[in-house]
Amino acid sequence: MSEPRKESHRSLIFGLLTIVAGSFAFGYALVPLYEVFCEITGFGGRTNTEAVVVEEAPDPTREIRVEFMTTVNSYAPFEFVADRDSMTVNPGKMYFATFTATNMTESDKVAHAVPSVAPPAAAENFVKIECFCFNSQEFLASEEKAMPLQFIVDPDIPEYVDTITLGYTFYDTTSMASNN
Amino acid sequence: MTTTTVDGHASDHDAHEDHGPEKGFKRWLFSTNHKDIGTMYLIFSLVMFFIGGAMAMYIRAELAIPGLQFRDPHFFNSMTTMHALIMVFGAIMPAFVGLANWMIPLQIGAPDMALPRMNNWSFWILPVAFSILLSTLFMPGGAPAGGWTMYPPLILQTGDAFPFLIFAVHLMGLSSIMGAINVVVTIINMRAPDMTLLKMPMFTWTWLITAYLLIAVMPVLAGAVTMLLTDQFFGTSFFLAAGGGDPVMFQHIFWFFGHPEVYIMILPAFGVVSEIIPTFSRKKLFGHDSMVYAASSIAFLSFIVWAHHMFTVGMPLTGQLFFMFATMLIAVPTGVKVFNWVATMWRGAMTFETPMLFSLAFVFLFTIGGFSGLMLAIAPADVQYHDTYFVVAHFHYVLVPGSVFAIMAGAYYWLPKWTGYYYNETLGKIHFWTSTIFVNITFFPMHFLGLAGMPRRIPDYSTQFADFNLIASIGAFGFGLSQLIFVLVLLTAKKGVEADDRVWEGAHGLEWTVPSPAPWHTFTTPPKHRIAVESFD
Repeated sequence: MSEPRKESHRSLIFGLLTIVAGSFAFGYALVPLYEVFCEITGFGGRTNTEAVVVEEAPDPTREIRVEFMTTVNSYAPFEFVADRDSMTVNPGKMYFATFTATNMTESDKVAHAVPSVAPPAAAENFVKIECFCFNSQEFLASEEKAMPLQFIVDPDIPEYVDTITLGYTFYDTTSMASNN
Repeated sequence: MTTTTVDGHASDHDAHEDHGPEKGFKRWLFSTNHKDIGTMYLIFSLVMFFIGGAMAMYIRAELAIPGLQFRDPHFFNSMTTMHALIMVFGAIMPAFVGLANWMIPLQIGAPDMALPRMNNWSFWILPVAFSILLSTLFMPGGAPAGGWTMYPPLILQTGDAFPFLIFAVHLMGLSSIMGAINVVVTIINMRAPDMTLLKMPMFTWTWLITAYLLIAVMPVLAGAVTMLLTDQFFGTSFFLAAGGGDPVMFQHIFWFFGHPEVYIMILPAFGVVSEIIPTFSRKKLFGHDSMVYAASSIAFLSFIVWAHHMFTVGMPLTGQLFFMFATMLIAVPTGVKVFNWVATMWRGAMTFETPMLFSLAFVFLFTIGGFSGLMLAIAPADVQYHDTYFVVAHFHYVLVPGSVFAIMAGAYYWLPKWTGYYYNETLGKIHFWTSTIFVNITFFPMHFLGLAGMPRRIPDYSTQFADFNLIASIGAFGFGLSQLIFVLVLLTAKKGVEADDRVWEGAHGLEWTVPSPAPWHTFTTPPKHRIAVESFD
């Protein structure tokens, strides 16, 4: 093969391999990008998973219904319920709710609740000040535990939202916790 | 092959110029010849077409009447998953790579592919990958059954087959990337003198674009399945909600690969029919340059429409609108192509040999698949169509009478150049008509089933769907049997009339200037540039 051709092959192949490496890296870069995207837009019902401080500024003229939904992952040996199905709230005012989970096994377990808010447009306006979902929850054998939620609905919530659904899925993370 | 050459081109690669192919299996195992490797790709894809086809026959037999006929639902799910993986990665993609290996060097006047040893690797990885994939059928827990899209968390419940599935996908990706790099380097660096980019034949053009798509998205798939692997075995939580991950993110990453993949499977098909229709219309391709720009626009748009596969995951309104309109935009360049094919035929002196028949059916039936695609692109309507047989009807229309028909058309078109003899035209026509009739009997009723609400990926169904399912099953068996006629055509391929160099009266392009059958080495000296340009005109 003539030398100039070999040379131009080599630089082209190098360029193409760079694209390959770049798009492999891009696949992984989508993970943090997706996180940021969800946090900004509330995409996928993403809501805050760390405590925040919010000033109370109640708006008594508006009422919003907050519904609670609990789901237990099929592999998690728990019972998990909200103490009440729904409550009516004023935006800008702080509220408390309680959820109860029971370990249905005879061994110690670690569990984690993952929140999701619908509609997505309301996700960033539903602010949890204190939540059992911020941390893993440890359960002794057969333990029943009441877990608190403290939240506030941001008055900036879009006009058309009159109902917010807060869903929690309860996962058994015992094996993950023991790995760490 | 004792051509005396200027510039010492005879020593170009290895010492092959001086002798013919090696004898026996070594010729194939160690082959660096683009024609031999092309042939192996094509035969491999035909074998995979029949294995994947056998799985389709199982699926249609199970669905012919309501109730469970044969094995358990899990095995049915394995069959749909494996059928898709094998047809996409084992049949359609390698078939186009095989055509590329054979025809691109001949179309651009190059002596071989640019990287012949890598070419050998990219082929021989495939039988390994598919042996691994097929071996999962015999593993505890069965073959993968979570769908070819491999959505977590379901796919993580695959039994022992799971890591084998991941590694098989890695290997397929590796093979595709190497093949694509080879195609790009060949086309960019090894064209005949004076064959500028815009003078390249359409098949070569569409493959150049396809190769860039492959290089850009196959690594993304590799990344996605690697994340699945580490989620399962190494304690990461990319897609596990319990650990802070998000299963929906997999869908985004997968379809960022998956939608360009759709065009990887159809752009070369566009190229093939863009070669065939001018030949049998005895006219130049109408709007060659606009075809190039249309194919490039389709490739670009394919990167920004992926979420139309997942309208139902719960997306903000602006997101739905963006992906809906971007998707509909693809109909514009695709429409340009269809109208150009029709305009090429306009007032042409048309004849209807088998390759032309397959190409005409392609234009007509692919367009039906395109229209159902437009229906699916409408976000509010998609909520009803999603995961129903309407989707199954749509993608089978674009893949079977789309991609597969184009591959068949290409095989018939170039077969005399490969073998040196005309195939049996009567058998070819019978193959065409049976395929075309049965493919419609199979897939057209699926539109109605989907609109009536029959879900995909189920082994049993409500009795109101029974009649259309039986029709579809009869069509499927007919289509499957029809493909055996193609095997007969191949077996009798060297029994016909000897073909001259040009093969088809209206054929233009460098590949028709070499003898039939194409000798083991061609264009060891680059063609005179005036030939290169004139034969294209």
